[in-house]
Amino acid sequence: MQEPAITEELIAAHGIKPDEYAEILRILNREPTFTELGIFSAMWNEHCSYKSSKIHLKTLPTTGPQVICGPGENAGVVGIGDGQAVVFKMESHNHPSYIEPYQGAATGVGGILRDVFTMGARPIAAMNSLSFGEKDHPKTRRLVHGVVEGVGGYGNAFGVPTVGGEVRFHPAYNGNCLVNAFAAGLADTDKIFYSAASGVGRPVVYLGAKTGRDGVGGATMASAEFDETIEEKRPTVQVGDPFTEKRLMEATLELMQTGAVISIQDMGAAGLTCSAVEMGDKGGLGIRLDLENVPQRETGMTAYEMMLSESQERMLMVLDPAKEAEAKAVFDKWDLDFAIVGETIAEDRFLIMHNGTCMADLPLSKLSSSAPEYDRPHVPTPQAEPLEDVPQIDAIDALKALLASPNYASKAWVYDQYDSQVMADTMRTPGFGAGVIRVHGTEKKLAFTSDVTPRYVKANPHQGGRQAVAEAYRNLTAVGALPLATTDNLNFGNPEKPEIMGQFVGALKGIGEACIALDMPIVSGNVSLYNETDGQGILPTPTIGAVGLIAAGEEPILDTPREGHVALLLGATEGHLGQSALLWEVFNREDGDAPHVDLAAERAHGEFIRANRQWIRCCTDLSDGGLALAAFEMAVAGDVGVQIDTDDTAQLFGEDQARYLIACNFDAAEALMGAAGQAGVPLTTVGRFTGDTVRFGASEAPLADLRSQSAETFPTLFG
Amino acid sequence: MKAAVIVFPGSNCDRDMATAFEQAGLDVTMVWHKDSDLPEAVDLVGVPGGFSFGDYLRCGAIAANAPVIGAVKRHAERGGYVLGVCNGFQVLTETGLLPGALLRNAGLQYICRTVGLTVEGESIYTEAYGSGTRIDLPIAHHDGNYYADADTLDRLDGEGRVAFRYTDNPNGSARDVAGILSGNRRVLGMMPHPERASEAAHGNEDGARLFAHLTQALASA
Repeated sequence: MQEPAITEELIAAHGIKPDEYAEILRILNREPTFTELGIFSAMWNEHCSYKSSKIHLKTLPTTGPQVICGPGENAGVVGIGDGQAVVFKMESHNHPSYIEPYQGAATGVGGILRDVFTMGARPIAAMNSLSFGEKDHPKTRRLVHGVVEGVGGYGNAFGVPTVGGEVRFHPAYNGNCLVNAFAAGLADTDKIFYSAASGVGRPVVYLGAKTGRDGVGGATMASAEFDETIEEKRPTVQVGDPFTEKRLMEATLELMQTGAVISIQDMGAAGLTCSAVEMGDKGGLGIRLDLENVPQRETGMTAYEMMLSESQERMLMVLDPAKEAEAKAVFDKWDLDFAIVGETIAEDRFLIMHNGTCMADLPLSKLSSSAPEYDRPHVPTPQAEPLEDVPQIDAIDALKALLASPNYASKAWVYDQYDSQVMADTMRTPGFGAGVIRVHGTEKKLAFTSDVTPRYVKANPHQGGRQAVAEAYRNLTAVGALPLATTDNLNFGNPEKPEIMGQFVGALKGIGEACIALDMPIVSGNVSLYNETDGQGILPTPTIGAVGLIAAGEEPILDTPREGHVALLLGATEGHLGQSALLWEVFNREDGDAPHVDLAAERAHGEFIRANRQWIRCCTDLSDGGLALAAFEMAVAGDVGVQIDTDDTAQLFGEDQARYLIACNFDAAEALMGAAGQAGVPLTTVGRFTGDTVRFGASEAPLADLRSQSAETFPTLFG
Repeated sequence: MKAAVIVFPGSNCDRDMATAFEQAGLDVTMVWHKDSDLPEAVDLVGVPGGFSFGDYLRCGAIAANAPVIGAVKRHAERGGYVLGVCNGFQVLTETGLLPGALLRNAGLQYICRTVGLTVEGESIYTEAYGSGTRIDLPIAHHDGNYYADADTLDRLDGEGRVAFRYTDNPNGSARDVAGILSGNRRVLGMMPHPERASEAAHGNEDGARLFAHLTQALASA
């Protein structure tokens, strides 16, 4: 088949900039073929090359005694003792989910699960951080339904418990929703698998589902802004099949036990191209592929299509030739396609043959290491204007306003659609702080959370970046866990705009500082740029996924408040209302600065909670909605009323950081006060849990009414 | 006492069921769907939850034709005990070992949450609770809406073969049915997951009683 001629239009259509094309000509010393152009576009797009972000990502802390493998592999690996490791990553599937919500979200979940089991880990927990446009925007309802069903449809069938996540709404996401999928798996530290190929002349083996034309050009699509032609991009979205993925996972893990796997890489963005280049590049080898051997779902597929297809549930491996028969038996057992599609070669070549014709012959190392790298111009976000006066309002009215918003109402409508208990190790299901699972067959527990407050990041990227990490730290701490490590999913607008790049640089600085101060290094992550439609960018949304450990012998803090418990507030309250939930939901204002994050206080308060867990019955971090929302959520968890002494708006709804609300009995409260005095941390009694109403000062409402109002918000808006 | 847990390629509660069986003291063997025989002298066969063959069409329909199902049927016909949970219940209705069918939830959404149940019919599975007892168990399904024609429902009611009924019907099931027994009361299919409420770490041990009593009763049977 005759390949199209290379024209300026064709180059532009592949998202390759003129200077990048000049570099291609320089590398090849000739014009690329059509297939080669496709390969370059797949490798050099923003999604795969991190060309705008790499220079800044290098500044993040990625090491620590607990880290076994930091960023650069399919997922990060962190030791949890006893020869075990937790393997995790968060990744975005924003662009596809906006175009085709069910499949976009489903394949986002599928992709992240594959990243985890490719490393040799069985997935044990999933989370999702979702951002949608305003609740009454005409597209929002369809997106919410599709995304939530897609997340559930894939994860539920695959069989991984979804234990946490976030769901937020803001007009800045009207044209670009965010779907950030997190997965964590469990592996033995001596059985971690990596992507670097080794050995010349070894078979490159293709496993899993057949290759179709779905998703061709997906990664390139995800590296561009949206405009009114977006609906035309639907064919670039892949279709998920969790049943095949489940079999692929079981077969892969079984195959790893045989010792046949030398290196392995899942086929995600830019499919065969990216996975083959990755394995060769990391191993310092070349790769030859014979495309006629690729299992194909459709007839007449070209080399270009096969190299750029993003069909799901596929893996590429380099196998030990001596164990080929054993390997094949495993895949036959699970009824999966298994084909030798090429071999490792000594020369630095990426050689693509199709029915004996050479379709591409590229220097492999240049595809990855020579990918463009930009230090894009960036301007710092200007200092926020001071907060204008915020009037005092009735505290119950304000709480009701928050509960009427899908941002702060009960998310049960969402979480009930996810299987949160499969694997029968879940100790806390989503909806109240961090999710907790037991490490199967041990006394250890792992806690999971995902956090970011995009309003803060927009107003002050530096503090907002710190805050996202600090909130994750607090959520893990509140269940008694020691935060171990972090994965970051950095969602921003168009990096070619200096102010957007300024948000990125500022947020990363804050994230890095907080990760160092709180000892939770970044071990994996993903960058999603160009989240813009018609020039309108999203709120900067650097989602922080974090994992904490509750060691064997340590009690988790998972109980609920009971009648008569004291409500204690750990941390200082100044009443910071700038960029608060109250300001946005009640007054429709987004002014003032983000709250300052005192990392030393965060650490001291976190350590206080962990050290004094034996006194604490229930604990939650204070974040959006401040003391008022935390007190309400805790009351709901315990099905007991709460009385908070103050009715001051700033005291109740201020979003000062480094704070926790604690419930415990009177004797325990005495003990905690003593311990706080010794530790030098501010701990005050703010009220108690009692009765069946929520009362702030003199303002009061029945708990049952508030709870049903909160429960009704989602079904009313989206049901 | 010996139990077998059937494993289809898309089963995902097989380990959970095996764990609950083992904790109750049963000796468990996992049986692959392509096997056409069960291990010797198995007392109880567990058909676990999950998505047996992806279940893109009718849940459990392909599983019902797997080689191992012939052996499960022979086991049941010999008077053996069979417990199908969630997808396992769907598979048992597809094989004809239990009457009726599980349709899409009335709300058309997947539901995962803990629900209230009333224990009814007398059987080795329900004796631990006693008829009329109220318990809580988690459900997690998209297709748990029990359907049978009126005659069948009347017969199930008349013969006391409804093992569990929802106290607040979550999925549209006919007559609030959450679990039913075979005519000889040895085959139980239920949508709720007792294995997810079988130890302290689950925060709910209502399911543990089922497994504990089942094991005891099998031993003395």
